[in-house]
Amino acid sequence: MSSTIHDFLIPAGEAAKRSGPADKIVLSSRVRLARNLKQFPFPGTGKKSDRLKVLDVLRPAVEGLPQMAERFSDTLDNLTPMDKQILVERHLVSREHAAKGAGSGLVINREETLCVMINEEDHLRMQSLRPGLQLREAWRTLDNVDSALEGPLDFAFSFELGYLTACPTNLGTGIRVSAMLHLPALVLSEQINQIIQAVNKLGLAVRGLYGEGTEALGNVFQVSNQMTLGETESDIVERINKVLAQLIDHEENARASLLEKKPSMLFNHVGRAYGIVANAHCISSKETMNLLSLMRLGVDLGLFPGVQRSLVDELFVITQPAHLQLGLSEKLTAEERDLARADMLRERLKQVRRPAQSVSGGGSGGGGADKPSKT
Amino acid sequence: MLCNVCKENEATVHLTQMIEGKIKKVDLCEPCSKSKGVDDPTGFSLADLLLGLGAAQESQAATPGLELSCPQCGHTQADFKKSGRLGCPRCYEVFREGLEGLLKSMHKGTKHVGKVPLSLQENKTMKERLKALQGELEAAVCREDFESAATLRDKIKQTSDRLQSLPVAQPES
Repeated sequence: MSSTIHDFLIPAGEAAKRSGPADKIVLSSRVRLARNLKQFPFPGTGKKSDRLKVLDVLRPAVEGLPQMAERFSDTLDNLTPMDKQILVERHLVSREHAAKGAGSGLVINREETLCVMINEEDHLRMQSLRPGLQLREAWRTLDNVDSALEGPLDFAFSFELGYLTACPTNLGTGIRVSAMLHLPALVLSEQINQIIQAVNKLGLAVRGLYGEGTEALGNVFQVSNQMTLGETESDIVERINKVLAQLIDHEENARASLLEKKPSMLFNHVGRAYGIVANAHCISSKETMNLLSLMRLGVDLGLFPGVQRSLVDELFVITQPAHLQLGLSEKLTAEERDLARADMLRERLKQVRRPAQSVSGGGSGGGGADKPSKT
Repeated sequence: MLCNVCKENEATVHLTQMIEGKIKKVDLCEPCSKSKGVDDPTGFSLADLLLGLGAAQESQAATPGLELSCPQCGHTQADFKKSGRLGCPRCYEVFREGLEGLLKSMHKGTKHVGKVPLSLQENKTMKERLKALQGELEAAVCREDFESAATLRDKIKQTSDRLQSLPVAQPES
């Protein structure tokens, strides 16, 4: 357990192979709970000595969980900026937490399905992560973890307001239920803004790839609840489940209707994306994500026979700045990274043939509509 | 487009600000924008305007030294306004009044209905039982059923003794 975070983490290629229900569109499910110890000020207000005391109480409690028998556990001041960036790119810690130092901690289980941040905005931010659409399972797991911790720990709780959190937006249940969705067809068919507005009206937030205040790179959107008080945890989970089922339907319909009504537009996007990603000599991380998203769509539609979706998902992670830097001895500048990224993409996509000119039967990605297009 | 504040004049000042990750827009006329201090962008927070906290601060500014602060952690109303965060669990009691409207605007309700820590669940049940028994007692006294009333009084005593011995939640005001 003295290993570095790099030795600990499941290799990106393997991690990309994890599968779950509806993972063609739902990349991952996440449930987060915020908890605070009654007798200490919140991390943002407390002195460093308070945070250290909180860490001393919480870290052994979390490490003692049966789920954490095999784990990575460290304090944030022991992690290099590179380590932290890797964790952010893997969606294991928030960018806010990555910015923390002494007094903050992190505990991750072997399967990377449970990740606990200590002294982020709240004393405890526990997350349960699952591939595909598995919000109920994620909540059940985290509910058990929380129940196991509330025995030895004294959480700040009021009957009236529920679990007390640093920010009133998390008050009550302290729960944030979210799913990461890949919605390329809704973007291509220009329905996405309408959809986002409709989802917002239901009291749910739609954010970019890295959560609050981030861009929707690679057509990836994060949908989560905003209200945490006045509703039970399972009601929140079910409400989001319902909305997600509809979003999945809309995306599927958008894919089918693009295939039927605008096949050349669709093939044009996928073909150009492949052309650039597989042949570029210099490419930014942002452009890579947006193009890989279109390739992923191509795989889903069966345009790349024999190509696994996990290849694209792996590239999505390992072409990001910190992952790209990993294993290279010299620190690259942004420009050098763009060159290295293009080299890696050309190498990894060497065996991938250019996309089919029409849809014929399902590919490995499960295929989309089976209607052939005019060519 | 009419001014959001006076709802009389044509709005000429249009503001957009991110609050809690949400985009909020407000349209004001010239006089209202001046009176709200919008011409000084550093001193202006859309949150104040929308949540009506601005007025609270003005009245406090008039009586310096009286600003509300948490006896536990020293967090002040101004700290809260600045960061949007409270200082410690106790702050929720201290700033209760100002928070009510805010909670109403951002959540489904203002009363927690979710999970209760196991150690406090009995506390909750006992509290509810106590309330019910007290109601029954009142009713019994009203109809001059003193026999039932005596039994109820014993039960109430028992329940409240048990409640005294249980771990407590954050105090409520």
